[in-house]
Amino acid sequence: MNIGFTLNGQRVQVDAAADDSLYAVLRALNMTSVKCGCETTNCGLCTVHLDGKAVLSCAVPAPRAAGRSVVTLEGLQEEAHALGGCLADEGAEQCGFCAPGLMMNVLALAKENPRATDEEIDAYLAGNLCRCSGYMSQRRAIRRYLDAVAAGMAGEVRT
Amino acid sequence: MSEGRRVPRAVGAPVRKKDAEALVTGKPVYTEDIAPRDCLCVKLLRSPHAHAMITSIDVSRARALPGVACVLTWEDVPDRRFTLAGQTYPEFSPYDRLILDRHLRCVGDPVAIIAAQTERQAKAAMRLIRVTYEILPAVLDPEQAMDNGTILHPEEDWRALVPDCGADNRRNLVAHGMEADGDVEAELAKSDIVIDRVYTTRANQQCMMETFRAFTQMDNYGRLKVVTSTQIPFHVRRIVATALDIPKSRVRVVKPRIGGGFGAKQTAVCEIYPAIVTLKTGLPAMLVYTREEAMTISSPRHAMIMHVRLGAMKDGTIRAIDLHTLSNSGAYGEHGPTTVGLSGHKSIPLYTHRMKAFRFAWDVVYTNTMSAGAYRGYGATQGLYAVESAVNELAHALHMDPIALRERSMVREGEVMPAYYGETATSCAMDRCLARARQMIGWDEKYPAYTLPNGHVRGLGMALAMQGSGIAGVDTGAVSIRLGDEGVYNMAIGATDMGTGCDTILAQIAAQSLECPVENITVHGVDTDISPYDSGSYASSTTYITGMAVVKTCAQLREKIIRVGAKLLGCAPEDVLFEGDHVRRAEGEGSVTLAEIAHAGMTAGVEDLSACVAHGSKTSPPPFMAGCVEVDLDPMTGEVKVADYVGVVDCGTVINPNLARIQIEGGLMQGIGMALMENPQMDARGRTVTNSLMQYRIPSRMDARQVRVAFEPSYEPSGPYGAKSIGECVINTPAPAITDAVYNACGVRIRDLPVTAEKLLLHPDFCPAQRRPGERED
Repeated sequence: MNIGFTLNGQRVQVDAAADDSLYAVLRALNMTSVKCGCETTNCGLCTVHLDGKAVLSCAVPAPRAAGRSVVTLEGLQEEAHALGGCLADEGAEQCGFCAPGLMMNVLALAKENPRATDEEIDAYLAGNLCRCSGYMSQRRAIRRYLDAVAAGMAGEVRT
Repeated sequence: MSEGRRVPRAVGAPVRKKDAEALVTGKPVYTEDIAPRDCLCVKLLRSPHAHAMITSIDVSRARALPGVACVLTWEDVPDRRFTLAGQTYPEFSPYDRLILDRHLRCVGDPVAIIAAQTERQAKAAMRLIRVTYEILPAVLDPEQAMDNGTILHPEEDWRALVPDCGADNRRNLVAHGMEADGDVEAELAKSDIVIDRVYTTRANQQCMMETFRAFTQMDNYGRLKVVTSTQIPFHVRRIVATALDIPKSRVRVVKPRIGGGFGAKQTAVCEIYPAIVTLKTGLPAMLVYTREEAMTISSPRHAMIMHVRLGAMKDGTIRAIDLHTLSNSGAYGEHGPTTVGLSGHKSIPLYTHRMKAFRFAWDVVYTNTMSAGAYRGYGATQGLYAVESAVNELAHALHMDPIALRERSMVREGEVMPAYYGETATSCAMDRCLARARQMIGWDEKYPAYTLPNGHVRGLGMALAMQGSGIAGVDTGAVSIRLGDEGVYNMAIGATDMGTGCDTILAQIAAQSLECPVENITVHGVDTDISPYDSGSYASSTTYITGMAVVKTCAQLREKIIRVGAKLLGCAPEDVLFEGDHVRRAEGEGSVTLAEIAHAGMTAGVEDLSACVAHGSKTSPPPFMAGCVEVDLDPMTGEVKVADYVGVVDCGTVINPNLARIQIEGGLMQGIGMALMENPQMDARGRTVTNSLMQYRIPSRMDARQVRVAFEPSYEPSGPYGAKSIGECVINTPAPAITDAVYNACGVRIRDLPVTAEKLLLHPDFCPAQRRPGERED
């Protein structure tokens, strides 16, 4: 079936099978930041924004995206540099494979609750697994990024 | 050195990883991201039986399906056995595999390889294959494996390349041996107390977020190019060539960025399947393991059953350790003969200080379960769980503080360690690590347990650990560095950065040696056609072994730069000084920039301004650490969480504090997973039922509120700028520390990992402590 949606601000039309996931469609569209780590909705690696809300793209049937707005990390490069810089300053990206999914969720958190406490950060990101397990360094990095967002200085974090 | 000249400090600086920008902006840098769009999709039909013989297989309907490029069975593959273990010659793991075999030895063993244009077509073709099996009795229990009537590898061409490791396929033995120093039975008899216990660990999965994957294609010169997520590119080259029965010179292996390895990718789990498809069809092919495959037919930790006898005096002096390890290698022998060694070699030497005798014996057996492999810690994790738990049990039996007990008996700097190949502890700050960890966790105020106002019980526990730094006399790393335009260096390495940051760490070492900013070192790795040889990133070798190769290479390159600089200045090399961005006369005026020297090196064959030096080490200096934990036990449910974990590490000089710290944080978290939640389970027919991240739970960020780390560096004279390893040592303390903390909290001693709420709550000893902080039981 033919599905039309907005991807990172651009209109796209794709041919997809009825049982294709949004994840599969995004990979086919070369959105390589979107990763798959588990196939059972446990890992959070495939997180994208659907109409501004963080979703697991492996759990969204592609036809559900019809007429809606999908944003991946490719479409949020400025935010990626600011948040990514905070992660890199802690060495917290490590192997990097889970980073895009984690970052998409952090960016959603930054919109919803930029003044989140450490406990709220952990709870919000509980579904973003990282087997390098740098959770402590990630928390420090995210704390620094959110503080900058709350102070209206996210752009300044980039170094 | 000129007055006031500032040499940039690259070693010890928390610089960002060189690949950070690409990783955090989601660039296409991993294997699947860079594969050609027209790759065939490779799928494997797998055995539903733990032990069976294929009596017939009909692939005709599958082959006829549109889009199907090939369907291969055991009749289509070379009849030549090999191992998938990535190890240096002579390979210790037996040659016991074929790409496809009629004889299936575990659930998931491949039955057929299917390659089609799309995944849908490949899956449709798989469903059309008709197989009949003769089901054989399965050996699932490692304790029943040795000399069992059922032999897993009866084949005539089974071969152990290192026969003196005690391998014997007729006995289901992958390895078998014993070593000792002193008379352990006599010393145990003289001991006031003997702790005699059995501890078991499970086949934990590495669960790196990027599963096994590789793509293959024929290059312009008719050679097979393998792009793979691996820790061992040079070994993959050998393994693929051996498996396909083609010359190694026809294989080229490239490693892009890797989404984690933790040892799993020290085995060539997936490369041979797309490789044979490409060889047969001439077409590019890719295999991406599903998470289910990665959980059920991969290369997990060797499950071990360890019998410890620990002899001690009333004052806590440990005088003898007797350890027997039974290791389950699964259906094949990958890393079987070598992992078992670390269970003794990395645990017994901790108590060198007053030890009179030790004995360490082992059996490694084949069973009809998935083949085990390398996982961070590589046997040391299992051995340290057993030995450190026994030491903690000894402390309880003697009513001693486990820290005080260790202070009596633990290894000190300068001591010869008979249980560690007779090596000397040339650098060891274990005493400082222990003192700092004790202070950080608040041990003296809190040990052994206390009750919170909400009724939860906090229990304290601790353990020590060591590992090695590379494999002594075996591992080798070479590095080549070239001075290029503008005085910027190109460094080619064969070591594989798998997210650890070794590209950056090695660049820091080079920058320190060449007195330049880290940005002036560009790193390239790994392509077996281009990179200098490196045995690979495993055995905690990269910083220590390849790092020293960087130091040596830089020293040689500096000499060449000085020679050209002197020539340009019209004087002798001994009359000039190298100062990072220039070479100048030692006396008087005259200086030439590094860029000018670089340009001279590119003109009229003045001199090749590059160097390549290999390094190996005769010793494997251990990093040491102390771990202390405070667990939180819910007395109503038996649920245990880590409230605080403190790890203090002596890894020698810390090259990059950020990257070293996160190694500790991550290693501890994986160890916490092993201790508290990761619980691989198999059904009665040998099928792994924990086949997803839903059933096999790894730690999330909710599972440890606080993990704190600190360094107590020693200086290792044989390492680059005094560095030792860090990557593996850090996974070893949680299991023994947490099980003892749980014992202190509720009186239940768990000797078979993991600690689960069910095991605690249903245990007759379960009695949550009601204590104030620091109040002892006696």
